[in-house]
Amino acid sequence: MESVGSIIMYVVIALSIITFSVLAVTTRKILRAATYLLFTLFATAAMYFTLDYEFLGAVQIAVYAGGIVVLFVFSILLTSHPGDNSEKLASKRRDLGLLAAIAMLCVSGYSLVKQFLTFTDAVPAMNDVTMDKIGTSLLSTGYDGYLLPFEAISVLLLACIIGGIVVARKD
Amino acid sequence: MFCCGVYGFITRKNMIAILISLELMLNAVDINFVVFNRFLFPGQMEGMFFTLFAIAIAAAETALAIAIIINIFRSNKDIDVREINKMKF
Repeated sequence: MESVGSIIMYVVIALSIITFSVLAVTTRKILRAATYLLFTLFATAAMYFTLDYEFLGAVQIAVYAGGIVVLFVFSILLTSHPGDNSEKLASKRRDLGLLAAIAMLCVSGYSLVKQFLTFTDAVPAMNDVTMDKIGTSLLSTGYDGYLLPFEAISVLLLACIIGGIVVARKD
Repeated sequence: MFCCGVYGFITRKNMIAILISLELMLNAVDINFVVFNRFLFPGQMEGMFFTLFAIAIAAAETALAIAIIINIFRSNKDIDVREINKMKF
């Protein structure tokens, strides 16, 4: 049985994720949307920390909150005048979007409830994911190794850097 | 959260808002990977590595998309998706 504190923690994190993500897509000011996205990402990192994935939480904060949100804010300030609202949504598009979202919610919620009604409420014990283990299995080639995707990601990032420079430079 | 992303993706017209919704969806999927890995297969690390690679790819994709958006803005003075129809036909 889990302790009451961790349940309260989970509820707080989940509620903040839901609230901030709803706010991020419904707010009219684009800069505010980016800020709500930042809060959502922080809450996600907190979720990783409570699930004992410390490395993943750190990566989430460093890459998303540190890199991507800064990119977003930078490009928002470059491309739009801060302070102007986006115009009101046409009701047809809004209805369409709500319909798709609710249908998605129904399908995923139904399958989750069906599968995991007997979900164990105790977190199964986990052997610690240490930095040592992560590094070893990132760079090994055996059954548990991720060397090939690791190298593929590095080539992809290089291609992305070059592509970004080529696309965004002044000609 | 994923549903919010879908809603925003369909309703928004500003390109950067669409990108923000995309990030929301990616994050929802990442949370699912990690939670299922933690609860169903606690001894293994597949979900965690998948999330790591997904984060890296999301970073690359966002950087490239923002480069494209800035380029479009420079040639078009607007980033409304309804206005980007010059390259059709």
